[in-house]
Amino acid sequence: MAGNNPNAKLMNLTLKVWRQKNMNTPGQLVTYPVKNISPDMSFLEMLDVVNEELLVKNEDPIAFDHDCREGICGMCSLFINGRAHGPERGTTTCQLHMRSFRDGDTITIEPWRAAAFPVYKDLIVDRAAFDRIQQAGGYVSVNTGGVPDANEIPIPKTIADKAFDAATCIGCGACVAACKNASAMLFVSAKVSQLAMLPQGKVERKTRVENMVAQMDIEGFGACSNTGACAAECPVGISLENIAFMNREYLTAKATSENVA
Amino acid sequence: MILDSKIPEGPLAEKWEKHKFNVKLVNPANKRKYDIIVVGTGLAGASAAATFGELGYNVKAFCYQDSPRRAHSIAAQGGINAAKNYQNDGDSVFRLFYDTIKGGDYRAREANVYRLAQVSVNIIDQCVAQGVPFAREYGGLLANRSFGGAQVSRTFYARGQTGQQLLLGAYSALNRQIAYGKVKMYPRTEMLDLVMVDGKARGIVTRNLITGKVESHSAHAVVLATGGYGNVFFLSTNAMGSNTTAAWRAHRRGALFANPCYTQIHPTCIPVSGSHQSKLTLMSESLRNDGRVWVPKTIELAKKLQTGELRASDIAEADRDYYLERKYPAFGNLVPRDVASRNAKLVCDEGRGVGASGLAVYLDFADAIKREGLNAISAKYGNLFDMYAKITDENPYESPMRIYPAVHYTMGGLWVDYNLMTNLPGLYATGECNFSDHGANRLGASALMQGLADGYFVIPYTIGDYLAQMPSDKVSTDHPAFKEAEQNVQAITNKLLSINGTRTVDDFHKALGQIMWDYCGMARNAEGLKFAKQEIRKLRAEFWRDVKVIGVNEELNMTLEKAHRVADFLELGELMVDDALNRNESCGGHFREESQTPENEALRDDENYAYVAAWEYAGEGNEPILHKEELKFENVKLTQRSYK
Repeated sequence: MAGNNPNAKLMNLTLKVWRQKNMNTPGQLVTYPVKNISPDMSFLEMLDVVNEELLVKNEDPIAFDHDCREGICGMCSLFINGRAHGPERGTTTCQLHMRSFRDGDTITIEPWRAAAFPVYKDLIVDRAAFDRIQQAGGYVSVNTGGVPDANEIPIPKTIADKAFDAATCIGCGACVAACKNASAMLFVSAKVSQLAMLPQGKVERKTRVENMVAQMDIEGFGACSNTGACAAECPVGISLENIAFMNREYLTAKATSENVA
Repeated sequence: MILDSKIPEGPLAEKWEKHKFNVKLVNPANKRKYDIIVVGTGLAGASAAATFGELGYNVKAFCYQDSPRRAHSIAAQGGINAAKNYQNDGDSVFRLFYDTIKGGDYRAREANVYRLAQVSVNIIDQCVAQGVPFAREYGGLLANRSFGGAQVSRTFYARGQTGQQLLLGAYSALNRQIAYGKVKMYPRTEMLDLVMVDGKARGIVTRNLITGKVESHSAHAVVLATGGYGNVFFLSTNAMGSNTTAAWRAHRRGALFANPCYTQIHPTCIPVSGSHQSKLTLMSESLRNDGRVWVPKTIELAKKLQTGELRASDIAEADRDYYLERKYPAFGNLVPRDVASRNAKLVCDEGRGVGASGLAVYLDFADAIKREGLNAISAKYGNLFDMYAKITDENPYESPMRIYPAVHYTMGGLWVDYNLMTNLPGLYATGECNFSDHGANRLGASALMQGLADGYFVIPYTIGDYLAQMPSDKVSTDHPAFKEAEQNVQAITNKLLSINGTRTVDDFHKALGQIMWDYCGMARNAEGLKFAKQEIRKLRAEFWRDVKVIGVNEELNMTLEKAHRVADFLELGELMVDDALNRNESCGGHFREESQTPENEALRDDENYAYVAAWEYAGEGNEPILHKEELKFENVKLTQRSYK
């Protein structure tokens, strides 16, 4: 009943935080002692507290991405003690709570590390590469209006559920950060699988997988060596099956290619 | 100023069809000569930007997040309403219209709401065609569930992540237009001023949040789809970055702000746990389909629950008060949000609240789990239960959730006419950013409906009518109006950076939020509102004297970003109080203690307040000017809302 417990023991911690002024300046880990942290705080609320203290001392607050703080927008992106989104499985950084740490712990906080995700400042990286991959084909080409009644496209529940599972990717980039090759295969395969499974997406399935994979390579993401670290660290549990599915899609498309070189 | 809502003549059911025929069209070859700016990429913005691109316009779209996919529409959980009547349970366009008008406590425009109900059916078709994976039955057809304020099942959903799936659908359509080069996307960019040229909205001034660069963008029309202003309360279910700045700066340039006091306090949120709290998390209204809301019957039992001496499971059935089921047998736990929230406040004010703070009620799934089994409940609400467990460290499968109302949605917003144009020619507002469709209270699963209705099916028609009547000549960003706006932005930034005071931006924001919650929250009265007005003025003066913003403009400076936003909240807060004070009646989410029925329900005053209050900015330090748009009801009878 921690959420209910006014007597929860406060914690003292040591943070080692990646500080980097901008893209062109080298960064380094800086140590900050923090005191009186409630276990009921979220990890980002703990950083809020640190930042308020830094501000009072006229020091630049630690820049980090965050927005919804409900685990769904995919904006938060911290590499905590060597793990994407920290120690809890299936949890984004914003949903991670300090009760996952112990009094006296040292916590290392870094940005996502990948050539395709350059650091803007401190813990904030540029993930526009993900958007460009989606722009390469992550859609069904329908204009607004002129579509059939929704129930004219019946879809077996099992397929709809599987497509939904793939569609829940929040695009945070943890899969890339967790991968020793900085591969984006899990991210790309989630969208490819979702749309290839559904009747609406089947029409463009070949060009889609070819174009998205080509863009992924252009962006400089690494190759997949099937270690599964991506799926293990994914905060929303996107399955490794999607990568296998995409590989099949890709091979089929290439074997009968009508699209890209 | 005369407010012309431009509602078309004719019978309610024919207005939109007729209007679509009457609006002027821009021929396909000419569309490429027109530029449209869309600010915000949530459901209302992304859908509009994508559709404009498909039609052939040149679009510039802006969002403050690092990607358009992260707009806060993504966090909507429960579902989206549509009058499909797939369940054969008596739904119709008229019933959805009626429920929405009634749910809004008769403070919305009939014509707008009817149109919303009409196009609701197209939205579902569109989203399915895009590949949005809605929940389905075993026969392969779409599933529905019921939501508050309705007695039919018309809500389409994708587990507890409907907003995410709809937004990713709109995002995919937007991406397709970005790839075609019809939409140019500007992420991590914030609008800080509106540019008016010869009485028309012709562009915006933005700040690049990475480099700090202030830039002008020129267009033939500007669409604001920047969401709501719930973060004026500091604590709300909004995203941390959600703000009123784009809308407020447009207001300062002359756009009227309508019904700012209409805020929705959502009944089912996870209660505040401490002073470190940065935001509140919603638990979807869909949970009220299966969860039963209760508190103990006596204060004595409540005290023991608060101290932890007793647990929820220790309270005998006979000692529980399922107060919504008791007071509203017809709707039970599915009464509209305003009614559910007010009742939670009432029982907590009586001392019967639970949890350490006494500011919570139970939402109990024990009966549903007994009836349907753990797996069935988990399939429906699994992700919500997991989220609750992560935040509270309690298992909702074993003990009831503790919930309390929290600020969630703002029905007020920029005043728009039937075409979604503000009083400033060429400036449009869509989705939560406008005031138009929800009256004084929004029903669950209607925000997603309105955002997509506006963006996919309304504004693509109405903006053409405006553009067809103006020349396609472009205004250069060297025009003095752009230079003046850039200087204005720079001046505000310089002022914020030069104060170098002692109190942080968050500190001011929290103080403002406390005033708003205490005096302009779930219950309001004249005395409190007058006090709040003075307090906000004092706080604002102190902000401009003592705020601490460090660093420079030419860098990624999150403190500066927040300072711009909080400066605007400090002005908007006062306007909300003014509006709440002016509206001496209770309606929907606006509850004036002076105006209630003997059973403590909201008591409207249709004789004196059946109008939209649209406020005009009158300059720094001057009282805003009130303009009234009378609401005419020709198709529904105004009654005391009853959910008994």
